[in-house]
Amino acid sequence: MKESAILMENLVKKYEDATALDGISLQIEKGELFGLLGPNGAGKTTIINILCGLVKPTSGSATVCGYDVQEQTNKVKDLIGVCLQETAVYPYLTGTENIDLFGNLYTMNKDTLKARRDMLLQKMGLEEEAKRKVSKYSGGMKRRLSLILALIQDPNVAFLDEPTVAMDPQSRHAVWDFVKELKKQDKTIILTTHYMEEAEELCDRVGIIDHGKLIALGTPKDLVSEAGVKNLEEVFIKLTGRNMREGL
Amino acid sequence: MRPQRVFALTKKEIKRNVREPAVLFMIFLFPIIFVVAFGSSFGGGGNQSVTYQLGVVDWDQPQNPQQDMSQVFITTLTNTKIVNVKTYLDNQTAQSDLSQGKVQAIIIIPSDFSTSINSYQNSPTNSAAWVNTTLPLYLDRGSLIATQAIPPILQQVLNTLINQNQQTPSSPITLQTASLIEVKQFSALDFIAPGMFTFASIFLIMIVGQSFTQDRENGMMKRIRITPTTPTEFITSQVISYMGVALIQAALVFVMVYALGFRPNVGIPTYAFAFLLVLLFSLSNVGFGLITATIAKSSGAATGLAFLFVIPQLFLGTFVGASLSSAAQIAGQFVPSYYVTDALTSLFLRGAAITSQAILIDLAAVSVSCAAILAVGIALYSKYFKI
Repeated sequence: MKESAILMENLVKKYEDATALDGISLQIEKGELFGLLGPNGAGKTTIINILCGLVKPTSGSATVCGYDVQEQTNKVKDLIGVCLQETAVYPYLTGTENIDLFGNLYTMNKDTLKARRDMLLQKMGLEEEAKRKVSKYSGGMKRRLSLILALIQDPNVAFLDEPTVAMDPQSRHAVWDFVKELKKQDKTIILTTHYMEEAEELCDRVGIIDHGKLIALGTPKDLVSEAGVKNLEEVFIKLTGRNMREGL
Repeated sequence: MRPQRVFALTKKEIKRNVREPAVLFMIFLFPIIFVVAFGSSFGGGGNQSVTYQLGVVDWDQPQNPQQDMSQVFITTLTNTKIVNVKTYLDNQTAQSDLSQGKVQAIIIIPSDFSTSINSYQNSPTNSAAWVNTTLPLYLDRGSLIATQAIPPILQQVLNTLINQNQQTPSSPITLQTASLIEVKQFSALDFIAPGMFTFASIFLIMIVGQSFTQDRENGMMKRIRITPTTPTEFITSQVISYMGVALIQAALVFVMVYALGFRPNVGIPTYAFAFLLVLLFSLSNVGFGLITATIAKSSGAATGLAFLFVIPQLFLGTFVGASLSSAAQIAGQFVPSYYVTDALTSLFLRGAAITSQAILIDLAAVSVSCAAILAVGIALYSKYFKI
């Protein structure tokens, strides 16, 4: 069995009036591309926030590359890259300036940063727009830039929270190709998405979360097969009684 | 702390201030426009105080102790109820107090004062028999009221003393207005200029409040928290960038008031010290900005809430405060801007030394209050939103 990149043990997160996570236990292997599926409010983003050290779990534990996310947060932050659900980029900076800023926050060497920046801009199709202020970008371009910011330091573990939302089909496929390339580099990727075809196309395994619980876990093929349906969307409907997009 | 991170974040914040038109306007143009408008509106003063602190250095040596006219002069001054007289044994102590604003004017009674008055009283119509003398008067150049009100009061008392009608043109006694530095006619601008430096910096509160709430709203704060950037690095970058803004603001205001005719006769160390005070003051504004960002739920709300801190500092601690009631001026002692303006007034207009007691007290008040406000701002923001 491969080395574990992420390990969650009985994670519980309770807010005053709601339970966001209700005992999630999950192991994700190094180099695995894992899909977290579920409607809004299911608990996907809470899991990512806990693994990034942004939110403390009410109980349970989690490690990233062997580092405890609560006790060794700084070690974890050095190893991860996160593409947030929000398109968080500075509108008054250019694309290049945004990338350089985050490269510097990871204390990247100037030459390394430039090489990686140019490569990522080319992969994401933003080369020509790189010198323009982000306030002039379209929504899809901002999403692609946001993805670059998450990956600028070449992280071992990437959390991609809805990375292709608001993208046109062409951009979406460009991102898919890039994610596949990351996987080939043995990077661990945790992808949350509402697009079932995206999960089926990219993920080695998927976990379906609903009401803070992990209700299904396996390869897309196995889940479809076990449920005796045509695709992941139907698996979801069968398991939760809801259409995936109803939760949106 | 990694300088690379601090530098990158500082650079980012500077770019924001330069590239966002609204921010650019608020930081640089608005204070200047406002200063010009206020400068012309409040230039006339309006202090309601009716008593003046007058220092008297009595060197009079009457030939006949029964005719000690300097004591009669001091008693007459005191009886006017307009002047509080403080007597000094030496001119140096008196000048020191004047430079620190403890008295608003100093008059030196010369050794032949009684002799001069007696000579006049003995031969009021024979000017050849008079013993002429001069009373040097030193005025607080930082007080518009002192320069305008005290000389006529003193002249009136002197006239009374020698039973001379004001219309009588000649007298053996001349009141000579001297100055700590040079005699010049002060304009309204001279009196409000120190407060202008403070004024410009106050609006940083709004900008800092908006900046933090905006970054929170659009997810940038979260994105930065995901990186290994520490809260210390982040806050340091903010403080550096806004101190830079404060410095530029002070320089702009200086250029503007200089162009309008403000010419304080002080050296480079005094200017450097004045800029240091403004920089220290900017720390409290970053602190107030953080408190604003803690309270405000959105950047729009931050704009409004910032006025909770802007208005008191503006009205109680800048040139605006000089036109308010004495009660408001006492209240001003509870805002940091008051001490900055007071110190700048002492430095630029009274010619106070950097090491004088009044300046050191102001510096201590500014340092302590600004450090405390910044600490409270950081603690509150960190507690509720994390940096």
